[in-house]
Amino acid sequence: MLDIQGLRKSFGGVVATDNVTMGIEAGELHAIIGPNGAGKTTLIAQLSGDLAPDAGHVLFGGKDITTVPTHRRSHFGLARSFQITSVFMGLSVIDNVALAVQAHDGHSFRFWQPATTQARLRKPALEVLEKVGLIDRAGSIASALSHGERRQLEIAMALATKPSFMLLDEPMAGMGVEESAAMVEILRSLKGEKTILLVEHDMDVVFALADRISVLVYGRIVATGKPEAIRQNADVRQAYLGEA
Amino acid sequence: MSDTASAQLNDHLRVPDFFGSSTGRVVTLVFMAVLLLVPVAAHFLGIRLQLVSLDFITRILCLAIAAVSLNLILGFGGMISFGHAAFIGIGAYCVGIPAYHGYGSAWLHFPLAVVASAAFALITGAISLRTRGVYFIMITMAFAQMGYYFFLSLEEYGGDDGLTIYSRSVFGIIDIEDKMVLFLLTYACLVAAIYSVYRIVNSRFGMVVRGCNSNEARMKALGYNTYAYKLTAYVIAGGMCGLAGALLGNFTTFISPDMMSWSRSGELMFMVILGGTGSLFGPVFGAVTFVFIEELLSSFTTYWALPFGILLILSVLFIKGGLNGLIQRGWKRD
Ligand SMILES: Nc1ncnc2c1ncn2[C@@H]1O[C@H](COP(=O)(O)OP(=O)(O)OP(=O)(O)O)[C@@H](O)[C@H]1O
Ligand SMILES: [Mg+2]
Repeated sequence: MLDIQGLRKSFGGVVATDNVTMGIEAGELHAIIGPNGAGKTTLIAQLSGDLAPDAGHVLFGGKDITTVPTHRRSHFGLARSFQITSVFMGLSVIDNVALAVQAHDGHSFRFWQPATTQARLRKPALEVLEKVGLIDRAGSIASALSHGERRQLEIAMALATKPSFMLLDEPMAGMGVEESAAMVEILRSLKGEKTILLVEHDMDVVFALADRISVLVYGRIVATGKPEAIRQNADVRQAYLGEA
Repeated sequence: MSDTASAQLNDHLRVPDFFGSSTGRVVTLVFMAVLLLVPVAAHFLGIRLQLVSLDFITRILCLAIAAVSLNLILGFGGMISFGHAAFIGIGAYCVGIPAYHGYGSAWLHFPLAVVASAAFALITGAISLRTRGVYFIMITMAFAQMGYYFFLSLEEYGGDDGLTIYSRSVFGIIDIEDKMVLFLLTYACLVAAIYSVYRIVNSRFGMVVRGCNSNEARMKALGYNTYAYKLTAYVIAGGMCGLAGALLGNFTTFISPDMMSWSRSGELMFMVILGGTGSLFGPVFGAVTFVFIEELLSSFTTYWALPFGILLILSVLFIKGGLNGLIQRGWKRD
């Protein structure tokens, strides 16, 4: 479904993406693991269109989208969540999600009717909030949410664009045990329904959820395979799991 | 959907209040009433005090409309435009130039002012919005300066000596040669401008523009072509400010490139920030306060600019949300 061909990106002397070639199949949950600074976020940003690669191609559903701007990729069915929580702090939770719904409900050159009373934005927004377990906070302002709740809102906004493919950058970053468990349940419920590229540090989560895992070290994919295979892989143990 | 969900749905089917908090409502209404009634009363009672004269307040109202329009992009859209006075100048010349050639109809002047300003906004905005941060500030200022020098070079229309308008725009039914009528027209335009901004910022379009201000990367990721929406907001603000310029030109009956100099743009920015960015009535509070303080200080000392500047900077630094914030919170500093 998503094909990455020879992707390269460097920042000055740092090669953050080093000739990455990989494919993600429709319906799978593909995890990317790798140490800090391996280039995971940089890779995600090139897939979402936020960063332009120096070389290489990104194909989505067979179509070359390397130079397609971010907002158009969203309309192809590609959604992204951010590692650093990226919600509209000044808006209520439901307004955040409604704005995501609105993005996929025709154009927004509508200048006069109030948006915040429109059931066709509110209803889908509430459905998504219910799905991620944030319904009780619908009326709260986003800046008043706990860190974990903001991470849930982050996912809710991506979901509200009705994507077929989700790029999730460490959805559990900084979460407590209980919140993480809730997020795992959300991911489990999405599994199969959406194609997912998941960046995650928590190995238990990755090995429990992923259909396949790719290991990224210094911008290179050093291994790709099923969870058991990755667990056995000597290179991975040495490079990442910290075993000699 | 569960019961809580449908309850939440109804709970939030609500448009943000026009006047803000309950204190805000009272103060704003009183303020707007004073702005309307005091100069009218002073006029009929024959009070010859400059600060409450129709002339003085009409000029403030024109600037307030310009500030309201700037607030749409600066306050709600986060686009820090340092060239907004250009639209005032263009609007004013759209009255002055046709009048000079003997075309006096307001039905020509006002639409022309709005369309020409919007067109200038479209062209300059299309380029400016490709830049970010301080570059955007610089390039909008540069475009305004280009406008300034353009009108300066038009010898036919007075160049830097300016252009006198011998008769105000002719509406037919109403006669704005009567300064009371011009005042009332300007007041009505200000109210219409504020109400339009209110509708716009709460519409689907407005939510997008505010989203771009808050987090543009996220807006793109959600699927919005942020550039197109920001440019549209820029064009609307330009057109609205062109209207302010047409009114101001009619009021002063004398127009010159000075109306669009960079310091004028800076003053408009100050009015918006002083009044409270991203609030509906803030720019009006800001414009009134700005012009009043300027007038008072300049009558005491010729060196008024320095204390004035210091006062403004202090107020911006120490009052969260500007004057509007102060009012909405019932005079508490934060
Ligand atoms: N905008 C940028 N400018 C310069 N260098 C950058 C930029 N973004 C990332 N880098 C560098 O590229 C490398 C990869 O960064 P990236 O954020 O992609 O890593 P990551 O795998 O997501 O790390 P983490 O696990 O900490 O999130 C790092 O060395 C980082 O310092
Ligand atoms: Mg990262």
